[in-house]
Amino acid sequence: MRYAETGYNLEIDLATGNIEKVETDPKLTEFYLGGLGTSVKIHWDRVPPETKAFDPENLLIFSSGLFCGTPAFSANRTVITFISPQTGLLAYPMMGGFWAAELKYAGYDKVVIRNKSPKPVYIWIHNDKVEIRDASHLKGKGALETQEIIRSELKEPRAQVAAIGLAGENRVFTASIEQSRSSASRLGGGAVMGDKGIKAIAVRGTKDVYLARGAEFMEHMNDVTDYINFRNSNPLPGVMTILSGIGSPQEMKHVDERWHTESFAWGNARVRRKDFWTKEIEKSWTSTQLSAVKRFISCFNCPQQCGGLISYQDVPRYMMKCFSKLTYAMGAYVDNLDFAFRIANTAFEYGVDSFSTPQILAFAVELLEAGILTDQDFEGCPPDKEGRFFWLLDRMVRREGIGDILADGTYWAARRIGKGAEAFDHNTIKKHEQMNIKLGMLDPLYYLMFSTNEKISITQIEGNWPQAAFPSREDREAFVKDWPQLPDEKFKQYFLDWEPRGENSNPYYPTPDISSEIVDWMEMVHNIDDALGLCAGMGSFCLKPPYHIHNYPKLISAATGMDLDEGKLKKIVNRSRNLHRAFNNRLGMRRADEKPPEDHWRRRFPEIEEKLLTTYYKYKGWNNDGIPTKERLLELDLDYVVEDLERRGILKDGQN
Amino acid sequence: MAKIKKKIKTIKVDADKCNGCRACEVICSAFHATPKYSSVNPARSRIQVITHRLKDIWLPVFAGEYTPAECMGRETYVIDGKEYEECGFCRAACPARDRFIEPDSGLPLRCDMCEDDPPQEKPLCVQVCLNDVLIFEEREEEVEEEENLDVLEVGLKSLVDKYGFDKLVDTFARMSQKGE
Repeated sequence: MRYAETGYNLEIDLATGNIEKVETDPKLTEFYLGGLGTSVKIHWDRVPPETKAFDPENLLIFSSGLFCGTPAFSANRTVITFISPQTGLLAYPMMGGFWAAELKYAGYDKVVIRNKSPKPVYIWIHNDKVEIRDASHLKGKGALETQEIIRSELKEPRAQVAAIGLAGENRVFTASIEQSRSSASRLGGGAVMGDKGIKAIAVRGTKDVYLARGAEFMEHMNDVTDYINFRNSNPLPGVMTILSGIGSPQEMKHVDERWHTESFAWGNARVRRKDFWTKEIEKSWTSTQLSAVKRFISCFNCPQQCGGLISYQDVPRYMMKCFSKLTYAMGAYVDNLDFAFRIANTAFEYGVDSFSTPQILAFAVELLEAGILTDQDFEGCPPDKEGRFFWLLDRMVRREGIGDILADGTYWAARRIGKGAEAFDHNTIKKHEQMNIKLGMLDPLYYLMFSTNEKISITQIEGNWPQAAFPSREDREAFVKDWPQLPDEKFKQYFLDWEPRGENSNPYYPTPDISSEIVDWMEMVHNIDDALGLCAGMGSFCLKPPYHIHNYPKLISAATGMDLDEGKLKKIVNRSRNLHRAFNNRLGMRRADEKPPEDHWRRRFPEIEEKLLTTYYKYKGWNNDGIPTKERLLELDLDYVVEDLERRGILKDGQN
Repeated sequence: MAKIKKKIKTIKVDADKCNGCRACEVICSAFHATPKYSSVNPARSRIQVITHRLKDIWLPVFAGEYTPAECMGRETYVIDGKEYEECGFCRAACPARDRFIEPDSGLPLRCDMCEDDPPQEKPLCVQVCLNDVLIFEEREEEVEEEENLDVLEVGLKSLVDKYGFDKLVDTFARMSQKGE
């Protein structure tokens, strides 16, 4: 009997149409837990380092997490892993929604897809019956539309469907995978899915997921539930509203957007409009949002309500969450939310990432204004800002004209266009568009997170530590008083000593040593969530969350029957985190790639930055090039990684 | 039949507040597993959230009485501009559909308000619904005394309806001889 997990993966070879239900080795769970952890291991074992995103050998894995389908609140993440067409590295975007739990109930932990289908197909998983079905009638259909069509043709309204739109079919590098109210957006999973010829994966399951010590698990969950109730009725004082609660940022609920619109940069991550949020704007935006959001909605088994059902004027209904409300309007310099609610529907149907895409469109507009792109490239484009964005989005998704170049994202487009376009690619890390934030003073914590994490997307790395120092000592003392989530008491002192100005502030404090500890802790919590399939909004991505290092081991032990303590859990996620790094090192990633955009902060300190990176690498057990040392790998029982990296000359014997 | 005083337990559903998370389905199936909380499977849940997301329909429905035959009712109702099929509201375990039917055995399921020893303060679905969609109510009423079937009896009764009493007895006798 397997607990929490099903113990089976579904292996699908699209070239031959062969489908197999394969029992997994329980040892892998002990070693890598599940979700991202066990997926990384499959990629390491089976995807050779010369593999490119659109090679048949590139595996596309849809994975549930260890807790998906159990009574653990908010365990609903599907982790999708593949080599990204944009970065050439192992990407792992995630989606909430309902798909992962349904897969567990159908009897599988993961769907592992290899090779390509000669014709468009969709996959229908209904317990033990798995079919590869023709999808030629779905070609060109929207990602939301496709979900509805499939449910209706299968006559199964309870099927959960993950689908791509036209962007994925056309291998647009920012193509997303859409499902219910969620999407796995970053780094082009939709493009890899489209390249393999898969329009959608539908799943319906009616089997059991077992818990080893269920009653004990529920006792721990009762504590978690009490804390959720407590946090929901006691927002944190001293931080801005958006950071005061739990769950994803409550963008559907909150109408006050002063912070985002004035602190984040408009256009191609260029301009901060510090006087944007006027009374008139507030009035107009509030009334638009209230008229558009029909209902707040949740993901599977989650009490939070981070999503919204959008029913806005003549726009077909769709579901929205988080920052996608603002990104297109801010990218296009459009001062009303009407445009935001209109273009988001088009973008979700096309299936594109709403972080990267608006920046790519804004980048094209900048190139036109700079004379690098010409009126000829924009022939037929409407003159108004709104119309121009709709037109550019359409060209990009269809890969027509200039759109074909833009479809590869800012980095690659800039290099193909040339003529100085490279300078306009100013907001990417490892070739991937970043949040549209431009700030004044170098922040040591964010410097490390931006530079080193395999996620390459800051919002999914940060979280448990406040974004900025609190001005008053009194407030800091109040904040640390009740902070059970901390991995160690010493962090309280770090926070108390952290000042907004002076010696103990950015860029000197937190010191490189302290920064390393804080970043390592935050990253570890994300890695635990990603293995368990927990929403980061209830663990790693928010301040004082319900799930933390002191209750994860209890929950995992009760769910699986493996007896874990904090030390053992840390070792497991460190192991998969280092395996992930080694995989990317094998694909060519090195220290030189680990840097934030040059203009991310106005004031930079090259010496401090070098020291930060070197200190952090040392803390992680990586050599000066960002590669895990032999010693570190052996400590984590990754002997086979040492052997592989040495054989390839990536780790040199004796040099470490 | 004689009139008796009876505690009536009901769950009031405020469907407008439902976010469609299905925590109620998860906990119901876990609570009714044997041993308790040893497994989860929403298909076994005695509460199901009827969901049509884009139509703005999220409607938790509890398993009620088992019915041996489907009814004629196929009306549609329009409430607040939303169209519901009559079956959507119906609480019966009914041969016309696979809702409220054990996925393995095909036997009907019925909400038992989580009757437990020691008693639960509220049914589990009410406990996990942190958005107050499900409100537990208890009141005393004078009702006609009626036969109260437990889950096993409901299941057996459905088998009697389907196969006839004699066939069921024969099968049972044969199985007990084989020691199955």
